[in-house]
Amino acid sequence: MISFYEINSILADDRQETVESLAVRANRITRQYFGRTISLYAPIYLSNYCENQCVYCGFNCSREINRKKLTQNEMTAEMSCVAVSGIQNALLLTGDSTAHTPLSYLKVAVETAKKYFQSISLEVYPMEVEEYSELFISGVDGVTVYQETYDRANYLKLHISGKKRDYDYRYSACERIAKSGIRYISMGVLLGLSDIPEDVYELFNHLEWMEKNYPAVEYSISFPRILPVPGTHFKPHPVSDIMLIKLICLARILFPRVGINLSTRENAELRDYAIELGVTRISAASKTSVGGYTGVSKDSLQFDVKDNRSVGEIISMLKAREFDPLLTDWRRIENGP
Amino acid sequence: MIKDTPLIFDGKELNNRLFLGTGKFKSKKDVAACIESSGTQVVTVALRRIDLNRYEDNILEYVPKEINLMVNTSGARNAVEALRIARIAKDAGYGNWIKVEVINDSKYLLPDNQETIKATELLVKEGFIVFPYISPDLYVARALVKAGAAAVMPLGSFIGSNRGLRAGDFIRALIAEIELPVIVDAGIGVPSHAAQAMEMGASAVLVNTAIATADSAASLAKAFSLAVEAGRMAYLAKPPAKLDHASASSPLTGFLFKDEK
Repeated sequence: MISFYEINSILADDRQETVESLAVRANRITRQYFGRTISLYAPIYLSNYCENQCVYCGFNCSREINRKKLTQNEMTAEMSCVAVSGIQNALLLTGDSTAHTPLSYLKVAVETAKKYFQSISLEVYPMEVEEYSELFISGVDGVTVYQETYDRANYLKLHISGKKRDYDYRYSACERIAKSGIRYISMGVLLGLSDIPEDVYELFNHLEWMEKNYPAVEYSISFPRILPVPGTHFKPHPVSDIMLIKLICLARILFPRVGINLSTRENAELRDYAIELGVTRISAASKTSVGGYTGVSKDSLQFDVKDNRSVGEIISMLKAREFDPLLTDWRRIENGP
Repeated sequence: MIKDTPLIFDGKELNNRLFLGTGKFKSKKDVAACIESSGTQVVTVALRRIDLNRYEDNILEYVPKEINLMVNTSGARNAVEALRIARIAKDAGYGNWIKVEVINDSKYLLPDNQETIKATELLVKEGFIVFPYISPDLYVARALVKAGAAAVMPLGSFIGSNRGLRAGDFIRALIAEIELPVIVDAGIGVPSHAAQAMEMGASAVLVNTAIATADSAASLAKAFSLAVEAGRMAYLAKPPAKLDHASASSPLTGFLFKDEK
């Protein structure tokens, strides 16, 4: 068994035999706990209005980009367009703006999404337990909230203004989500912001603490590699493919039952190999702009998609690699007491 | 030869005592192949995994009509959620056999026995045939008898662990004391574990991970079916007790007592 104290030395060792031995263990554990199944989800961007100034982000409030939030009719069009693919797990995203996308807006989005999807998750600004509870009862099953980086000093440098500058409020969001009754929590760090071993060590500690204190929640983690956003000066630290794969393998070995997500930020080849090594959930045919599926607006991507395959192509790839694609992993029930 | 009697639930006679779980398989076709090779008559399916949108990805398309479907409440964290899932299954026409899975711990995936008892009470009142999945505990099993469960399904060891009957002593107590059929679920990793459970007097075993993740699922499903049959036959045949010392076929000291005859 690997301990948290070995993270540093493993991440510093890029020899093929080290990476291969991690991969062999991660592969075996993944097959034992998840079998040969991969869940699919679709991200849907509802709004890019944001009140935070995060130096690495395309939605940064100081940037002059076209701001857009979907009306209810546009949401309906966007969601029905995604649902045609057969994917029944939706991740609804907004920038952090309580003014433009308040709780009431999110609830309308959830009500609309319920007509098209069996499982709905949100990636929005952190909020209070009562607000999460309202969203849970309205039909939200999961919430994604990445700490971005666990390096406090660097966190303050990267998040110049806005509510997101409050490190502790963001850190404690996972606990508030768990208290609200929400089933799934997705945690993560943005790779390329800070020192990776330290960030990952803290992420794993955070996850372990959550598992101990809120065991009823199903957890998943993500390791998105931050890419430079055109028009910004921010230069992320480069993160190699070997590093990303080692992180996926380490996470799998240390947390055998935790889900690992991999988005279309990564290219097709890497994604096709990563599903053997611990990744259990992938997005497909993602559009990362607001209204991107219906073409309401094509500009202002949150990040560039590197894997442009259609849902059909992803399903064919999974079947060819002897995986069973899971387009649904939940059947909507009435949430709450 | 001793003749076995079928296991009966809800008037349905079961002659094959291997129940098959359908999660983790690399394809739905593999599930169909395992149903065929094992001759199983009971298949469990998680409602959350039934894909109604796509014909080729709907597990139910791969389960022959004569097989008894046991929908499980995977994902339920309390009794009320289990009830809600069971109702959806019933309304959708998936029958009324429900395997209650109430799990409140995503790390160990141990069933929540208290909520399982509550769920069983609620479901029995609504006319379901209820198969509760539990950590083996005699008090819980007695409460489930009282609640009207059709069987009790204790775990052999942690789900998906392939570790066999780590909880064997506790399961043996359930078999000895509980009038309901005891179906060993979870942790059965190889056919010999299944045979062991049947030799102990389990009424059936449920296997999923071991079969689903084998290189040749259909062959292993068949092997499990044979092991279950062998274990059952051995149980009925009442093999001699295990001794921790030698027992000679003829007394070695008979000559000392010949005058007593």
